[in-house]
Amino acid sequence: MGDQKKELSPELKERQKAGFVQEWRKELRKSLSAKERMKIPRQKMPERDPEERNTDFQEVNLGLAAQAAQIEARRCLDCANPQCVVGCPVAIDIPAFIKLIEIGKYADSARKLKETNSLPAICGRVCPQETQCEVVCNLAKASGVPVAIGNLERFASDYERQQGDVYIPEIPPPTGHKVAILGAGPAGLTVAGELAKKGHQVTVFEALHVAGGVLVYGIPEFRLPKAILEAEVDYLRRLGVEFRMNFVVGMTASLDDLKNEGFESFFVGTGAGLPNFMRIPGENLIGIYSANEYLTRVNLMRAYAFPQYDTPVFLGKRAAVLGGGNVAMDSVRTAKRLGADMAAIVYRRSRVEMPARVEEVHHAEEEGIEFHFLTTPTRFIGDDQNRVKAMECLRMELGEPDASGRRRPVPIRGSEFIMEVDLVVVSIGNSPNPLITQTTPELKVGKWGNVEVDWETMATSMEGVYAGGDIVRGGATVILAMGDARVAAAEMHKYLSGLS
Amino acid sequence: MTKIIRRERLVPNIHLLEIEAPEVARRCRPGQFVMLMPDLRGERIPLTLADWDADAGTVTTVFMAVGTSTQKLALKQAGDELPVFAGPMGKPAEIQKFGTVLCAAGCYGIGAIHPIVRALKQAGNTVHTLLDVKAKFLMYWEDRLKAYSDEFWVSSRDSFYNCKDYIPRVLKSILKETSLDRVITIGCTYLMYTCSEATRSKGIKTIVSLNPVMVDGTGMCGACRCTVDGRTKFACVDGPDFDGHAVDWDELFYRRKSYFEDEIRSMCYWEKENLIEG
Repeated sequence: MGDQKKELSPELKERQKAGFVQEWRKELRKSLSAKERMKIPRQKMPERDPEERNTDFQEVNLGLAAQAAQIEARRCLDCANPQCVVGCPVAIDIPAFIKLIEIGKYADSARKLKETNSLPAICGRVCPQETQCEVVCNLAKASGVPVAIGNLERFASDYERQQGDVYIPEIPPPTGHKVAILGAGPAGLTVAGELAKKGHQVTVFEALHVAGGVLVYGIPEFRLPKAILEAEVDYLRRLGVEFRMNFVVGMTASLDDLKNEGFESFFVGTGAGLPNFMRIPGENLIGIYSANEYLTRVNLMRAYAFPQYDTPVFLGKRAAVLGGGNVAMDSVRTAKRLGADMAAIVYRRSRVEMPARVEEVHHAEEEGIEFHFLTTPTRFIGDDQNRVKAMECLRMELGEPDASGRRRPVPIRGSEFIMEVDLVVVSIGNSPNPLITQTTPELKVGKWGNVEVDWETMATSMEGVYAGGDIVRGGATVILAMGDARVAAAEMHKYLSGLS
Repeated sequence: MTKIIRRERLVPNIHLLEIEAPEVARRCRPGQFVMLMPDLRGERIPLTLADWDADAGTVTTVFMAVGTSTQKLALKQAGDELPVFAGPMGKPAEIQKFGTVLCAAGCYGIGAIHPIVRALKQAGNTVHTLLDVKAKFLMYWEDRLKAYSDEFWVSSRDSFYNCKDYIPRVLKSILKETSLDRVITIGCTYLMYTCSEATRSKGIKTIVSLNPVMVDGTGMCGACRCTVDGRTKFACVDGPDFDGHAVDWDELFYRRKSYFEDEIRSMCYWEKENLIEG
């Protein structure tokens, strides 16, 4: 679905070229030879000690210091044909923002990022750079170690926020067009920012009481502090975006109701808010959570501070998290922080097939997380109070590749064993949330309940209605949602401009 | 923020909350609920609609003060604000002309069944209402419900009302004399369970409005999952109404009390912080 284009559009090529031939960039390239640049080692991201950090919710990565960021920026070869830009789902002008760091113009670097990415402090933290921009970095091909693009993105945006003078671009005069964004997650926030910058009147409708979607209910504080997200949302407010919280489109109002209120174009970014379960016996025992519930209780409702906050969460001593994605890593590291003696990933394939980011897996291992590969539960066993006390598991081996291209796990007969657990978090993905599609029959949906779009434009079957992120893709990443959102925003702008 | 227009104690431990929420009010249907938080430290809790006024833009719920969040709500006054008030959530109750319908309710359910009784009457049904209260002083909204009821019974433990007995036994004796096309029941889990068991042998379709623990109320978390007809359902988006004869009640009882110890801890903490002086 929605494969990234492997080549830049003519406009983007033009943009890259214009930046590349600027005098200061030419001189900077001359100031240090490529050979010298390649000798500089990749600057290490400072991290908190694993034994200290696995007991609290403070951020794990501390961010590069300015000096380290400048050294890291020097590693960038400022290529004539930068592959990193091609690899970035939102096509950030990566060489430009990195070279601005190299010459110490950090605030300008942050502005450069914001030309294409409304949420750089978030992307700098949660994007899988190692499979996007960094994997295609020419330096990686030349010396084996790519430029730490993500860490630099984080540095520049953190710098701007910390020095307190966040740049607000000049907004063109109001176009008079009203846009409704459904869902304040990464996709919705991105569309909101893009269209507000074009002078449209943007309203974001959000079902929960805090903006951010998965960024606030899903991703834990230790990976993405709430203050960062709040600052990004505040930035959008200053761009003129209106937020209507506690508003469940599909329930509080239908899409048609909003049309009648004068909204002319819509973006559906309601996410994959329907958790999948294993569908095995005993799954509704007490102590078995979906990852969504577990993380929502802890992150959004702040159950880690119970009873100062009223929402409780089970504090397992032996926690098993089923799945191998980033959400599973977030869940298992959360369980560890909440005092689990054993916090384990139970994954039916092997290490190499895990979809989680390498950095997250590495952090989890440092923090004492156990990994049980090639293992799948077959049933849950409860005590006399219906609380989960164990799960029966089966060992697997890898067979032929399946549709996803990964080798299919095949159960080994007679390999059943019992794992004692008192907390289970099921983290095997989500399906699209049905609230909007159920109440908007004109919106064409695919067989998984996902909204169908034209991938070139992100247009849905309804005129003026666009969609992106997990409601279209099922379960994907923050940055892919934002990539969809950028395409949709450009098309929505065209659509709105055609109306007047 | 959503403004409270009225908060009133109806009977001991049961309160009425009237909220200014025009957007919610114009979409309300019988059987739906709202999600709210008493303050930003509170839980997100579901409360079933008891009434609404689309013209005035108000929504009314009736709730029992049982835990920290409902205790906090019970101390709210007109003019106070709620940081979270979202809805209406859940599928509306099925309302059509069934024939003769008995609505059985107790506790907060007396308020919650009110819109259903009204809608069933307006849809042309013969409506029997059976309420359960422990004693006369715990009765509320009697007149409001009587107004839409062709027959009206109250089961109670005192002798004031016409049926001094427990609600399932009263329901069974009604069944002996009256032919019913449907039973709808709202109240505590035990009441809904016993009413469902009372109608099971006669095979009378019995709809229950389940009240499991919820967090977001939009289908996102699965806290409210329950087993109906052998399949897992989310009460927030698939319900809250289900066939009472198909619900796995044991599972529901266990799941509902799964945070019991935490709830007590939370109450103790809150009382110490807020109610004990000095």
